[in-house]
Amino acid sequence: MDVLERYESLVDDFSAFRAACERPLPSVVRVNGIKATPERAMDALDDEGVEYEPVEWHPGLLRLDSTSPGRTWGAYHGWLHGQEEVSTLPALVCDPDPGERVWAACAAPGGKATQLAALAGDEGTIVANDRSLGRLSALRFNAERLGVTSMAVTNRDARNYSLKPFDFDAFDRALVDAPCSCEGTIRKNPDALDEWSLEYIDSIAATQESILRRAVQATRSGGSVVYSTCTFAPEENEAVLDSVLSAEDCRLVEFSCDLETRPGVTEWQGEAFDESVRKAKRIYPHLNDTGGFFCAKVEVGG
Amino acid sequence: MSDRTNDGSQLDRLPATADERVVEGRATRQEVLDFWDERYAVAPEIFENYSFWEKGGGKLWAFRGAVASPLEAEALGMTFLRTRQEHWKPTTNAVQRFGRHAEKNVVELADAEARRFVAGEDQPIDWDGDWGYLIAAHDLAGEREPLGVGLFIDGELRSQVPKGRRRELIDGE
Repeated sequence: MDVLERYESLVDDFSAFRAACERPLPSVVRVNGIKATPERAMDALDDEGVEYEPVEWHPGLLRLDSTSPGRTWGAYHGWLHGQEEVSTLPALVCDPDPGERVWAACAAPGGKATQLAALAGDEGTIVANDRSLGRLSALRFNAERLGVTSMAVTNRDARNYSLKPFDFDAFDRALVDAPCSCEGTIRKNPDALDEWSLEYIDSIAATQESILRRAVQATRSGGSVVYSTCTFAPEENEAVLDSVLSAEDCRLVEFSCDLETRPGVTEWQGEAFDESVRKAKRIYPHLNDTGGFFCAKVEVGG
Repeated sequence: MSDRTNDGSQLDRLPATADERVVEGRATRQEVLDFWDERYAVAPEIFENYSFWEKGGGKLWAFRGAVASPLEAEALGMTFLRTRQEHWKPTTNAVQRFGRHAEKNVVELADAEARRFVAGEDQPIDWDGDWGYLIAAHDLAGEREPLGVGLFIDGELRSQVPKGRRRELIDGE
């Protein structure tokens, strides 16, 4: 079955979209600001003779001309972290300040959560949660290698997450990088669509809605929640936002992003969504030569 | 009672001093500050905004900030010091994070030595100072950068870089 066919009506240059989905992804690393500046990280790569190219829209990202970015001094020291270019977007949109409390609801293996810690200067409180204990060990390894000291790690179900262990009753911000059907990772994992089914999409969409609702409830009025997935399916993106908008006290807000994007879709297979879902951004692989992605910013309260 | 022994499922904040200690043998904040200061000349002010925690006997954590103690969580900040043995041992990640401030017991390795060190190898080195756990460092992009912990004994530096952190680096020259 050709899964991607179902998105032909959503994508303006569908053949370019198809072609991009078949190309492998470039190797991209994020410079970890907790341990190094982009300048120093680039100096170290220069000394090692590793070629790279800065990513135009984000000064902390480098495209490496190397098949083994993990074997550089920068990787050993935790100055560099391999992270898909487009997956750096949600933490940038969340953009926490020092001193803020941030919930990363589905945080493992930790690329985005450690980026949140770095954006807050390692002076916030990042509560990184994941339901999978196995994936949490990868998160902990990454966080320690990257020198993160401002993170608490929990292993619970995000859908009914309790703040009880902590001495505060709301987060300032939250990031729900939801488990999803991962269609947008097809360039990294050519078998990403092998297990695809509508039943899975329906069931994961219910989980996504529960997690996003919980994140809105756990965030203070005036705070914000970023919702992201790496899938194209509107069932997991705009439909989830639409449900949460009607169930919780929150609204979608615009955000800026230097990548080329498309607005969220207001209609899918006969179903109409709240007009404000246009404020969400869809990123197709051919637009910026990245993986596929979806990102929305929700403001909590009046 | 659970508040008098170490409980492996929760993180407990270290007592400030021995007078406030309820769990026998638990390190105090003052002892931890003294350790870094005396062994590596890392000034106590460096840790001013950190709280120290224990989870699992003798495994200490450093967290930037403070939360209520005890805390039921998988992790809080970074594991940074082992205090179970007579000689306390900083972790690789702690040395990489805080070792830039060290002014004592730091051995600077040449490029080839540094590569062997991160591959996990033991090697003879030229070092006139103390035996025991040293901070190994090298020059990278114009500044000294800490690599990890080495145990210096009998003229040999034994790399303490844990298996998962070891690397065979690409040749730079």
